[in-house]
Amino acid sequence: MITLGDYLLVSAILFSIGFAGVMLRRNLIIILMSLELTLNAANLSLVAFSRFRVDPSGLPNYNAQVFVFFIITVAAAEVAVGLAILVALYRARQTTDVKDISQLKF
Amino acid sequence: MMSPFLFWFFALMTLIFGAAVVINRNPVASALSLVVSFLGLAALFMSLNAYFVGIIQVLVYAGAVMVLFLFIIMLLNLQAEEQRRINWLASAGGIGVAIILLIQIAVTIGRFEAARQTFPPLSASTTDDVRNIGAALFRNYNLPFQIVGVLVLVATVGVVLLSKREPR
Repeated sequence: MITLGDYLLVSAILFSIGFAGVMLRRNLIIILMSLELTLNAANLSLVAFSRFRVDPSGLPNYNAQVFVFFIITVAAAEVAVGLAILVALYRARQTTDVKDISQLKF
Repeated sequence: MMSPFLFWFFALMTLIFGAAVVINRNPVASALSLVVSFLGLAALFMSLNAYFVGIIQVLVYAGAVMVLFLFIIMLLNLQAEEQRRINWLASAGGIGVAIILLIQIAVTIGRFEAARQTFPPLSASTTDDVRNIGAALFRNYNLPFQIVGVLVLVATVGVVLLSKREPR
């Protein structure tokens, strides 16, 4: 049978993959995608805990799923703003590589 | 609950395509791998009786967010990044930190008593969980819900302002 730990382990591996992506890649678009992976790993463990804790009414605990709803909303807003900054940056510097934008002033 | 075979199938799908996002050099291939990874994740949400979360995962992430990513990649006309000199020490450091983090989380899960238990059965139907989540959202989390609405409005205004071309 599938236990709670299996879901948590999948979530942990997915978080580590996303974290490694943020650390390793230098393309800003890939870094944003890796950030999405880490957020979704957190969502997976939240939903697993929601299903694990069954309320007296026989339903899963919906507080965690409301939290996941908020995370998805905020992540979508974050991606939109991040990509807009990326486009503005590309217009100014013609690059998306973090190694080329290591200075605050240019 | 889902059968163990389907669980491992979708878990491996999520993880392998998630790793492909990081490994691929072509940004378009990374974005399409991310779509497949999110679809696997949506299937895992469905296996946990969270149908509403699974559906908005597909609609918001695999639909809206990924179209935005692909559109920006197309707009900027990004090619596969040229082979730069890789700083092996920094790369090994990044992978090392990620592996240390993974080991720490795995040890914590191993010591967590509840992690060895299977999921308790549900005694009520979850097919109308949209109604249940909506009730929780509007009764207990009404203020956060309105604050999120303001946040989305601010993000919209910010995006329009950022992508506006400055007059020369």
